[in-house]
Amino acid sequence: MNVVRRGGLGLLAWVTGIVFFLPVAWMALTSFHSEQDAATNPPSFTAALTLDGYREFFGTGGGASPWPALANSVVASLASTLFVLLLALPAAYALSIRPVKKWTDVLFFFLSTKMLPVVAGLLPIYLFAKNAGMLDNIWLLVILYTSMNLPIAVWMMQSFLAEVPVAIIEAARVDGARLPTILARVVAPIALPGIAATALICFIFSWNELLFARVLTGVVAETAPVFLTGFITSQGLFLAKVCAASLVISLPVLAAGFAAQDKLVQGLSLGAVK
Amino acid sequence: MTATTTAPVAAPPVRTPHGPNARLRAWATRAPLLPALVFMIVVTQLPFVATVVISFFDWNALYPGARRFTGLDNYHQVLTDADLRHSVWTTVLLTATVVLASLVLGLGLALLLDRRFRGRGVVRTLLIAPFLVVPVAAALLWKHVLYNPEYGLLNGLLHYVGGPQPDWISDTPLLAVEASLVWQWTPFMMLILLAGLQSRDQQQIEAARVDGAGDWQIFRHLTLPHLRRYLELGALLGSIYIVQNFDAVFTITSGGLGTANLPYTVYQSFYQAHENGLASAAGVLVVIGSIVIATFALRVVSSLFREEVSRA
Repeated sequence: MNVVRRGGLGLLAWVTGIVFFLPVAWMALTSFHSEQDAATNPPSFTAALTLDGYREFFGTGGGASPWPALANSVVASLASTLFVLLLALPAAYALSIRPVKKWTDVLFFFLSTKMLPVVAGLLPIYLFAKNAGMLDNIWLLVILYTSMNLPIAVWMMQSFLAEVPVAIIEAARVDGARLPTILARVVAPIALPGIAATALICFIFSWNELLFARVLTGVVAETAPVFLTGFITSQGLFLAKVCAASLVISLPVLAAGFAAQDKLVQGLSLGAVK
Repeated sequence: MTATTTAPVAAPPVRTPHGPNARLRAWATRAPLLPALVFMIVVTQLPFVATVVISFFDWNALYPGARRFTGLDNYHQVLTDADLRHSVWTTVLLTATVVLASLVLGLGLALLLDRRFRGRGVVRTLLIAPFLVVPVAAALLWKHVLYNPEYGLLNGLLHYVGGPQPDWISDTPLLAVEASLVWQWTPFMMLILLAGLQSRDQQQIEAARVDGAGDWQIFRHLTLPHLRRYLELGALLGSIYIVQNFDAVFTITSGGLGTANLPYTVYQSFYQAHENGLASAAGVLVVIGSIVIATFALRVVSSLFREEVSRA
């Protein structure tokens, strides 16, 4: 009886897993179908496979090339992640290893900025960008994505750096090690996996962002999600192309997320769940 | 916004320097913090202050000459405008439905995945996928590939069993948006709750079992109380993101058919209608609503945090 029940629950887990994955799998399959086969009812599971959707998406079919948008997304995500790390690492150091007074208040200030809805500051940012001639400029997005991810990064990094035992740092100091040596030899090895997880999460959030990119960029600086919104009006005529595009643009996030599942949880819960 | 909840957290010993160098050393500990703090204040707090100021002006971007101070008129208009009030209601409904549904589903899945079974790692990977699809792509996928009444997968599958062929987005627009969001957020809830389940005290569970407690009793009296903080954390982090949802509403319905939430409405009123003052007032109201959630959220997070600090 118990064995049957356990087997049944395992089966239930498999079924729900497959149900949740089905849309993604279907998207992948459709991306390899021709447009005619993609738009049939009932759906065809056995239609011939083709790369036409991908050819179409990458612009060899005459459409707009997605490469500039993809390049913009890479620049915006990587540059903002780098800036976040540069700002968050010293801050987290000051909040965990040699904590300033009232360090918890500072930590909560950072978190509270995350609860400020993006729309609340969008208009002044738009007006500022317009007057400063920074509309449609990828570096404006870099700055905004940095501010979007910095609070999360400070929280995560604080919790990772707090795991470095103070006793080891003290011991190294007694042995005559100076700050750079301590950081490189003692702190870095323990904190590196956490830093990598932080970077991953910042990258994902920047890569996914739509609202800022949609409002503040145009032709030159449009990012991959903005490029995707160009498909909203197409009434399903290019289903395979839409699927190919969605999959290609999701690929970096899917790959990174699958590779770092555990770190993802820890990061998304701001280091509160270990 | 500075909803700084001063949580009574047991701080680790902070060295209070004495002597002539005290001031200098205090600044040396503060210095690494300053770039991040200054950056955040400039990029997030200043624009919000500007939004508050603009919200008191009657200002249409198409008629910049007619800009004038109107006091609380914009707020009055936002609160009495039927469309805007409806979008407030939509925001509440959308957030509550998605958070609750994805929490309940996520809890069920976390309980299933907490057991050992063949291929558990694979199932977990399959379940995480929806959360990792870029939100716009996910919304496009639901709109065109799943919901389409003529060749969408949902109606295709219904066709096989001889079911009805509804036009999902036109018939149940809000539900269509909600379903896609529940699909995206359930994995997130599952991941947090799974982490919670795996941090349970196994000895305590064994002891309860020896004392004759059944599965349900263990769940009700041990697991659920332990999970409470994880449920709260999931609900609050989920709320922060879903209250601000723009991608799904924008992509699936373009705010039509009564699905416009506040972020979409704010976007529309300044990006399309160029009503800067009105948009700002609506934006400020979103913030006030968020502060209510945020103060609660910070309290929950600080309780989690407190436990961690005392553990250290």
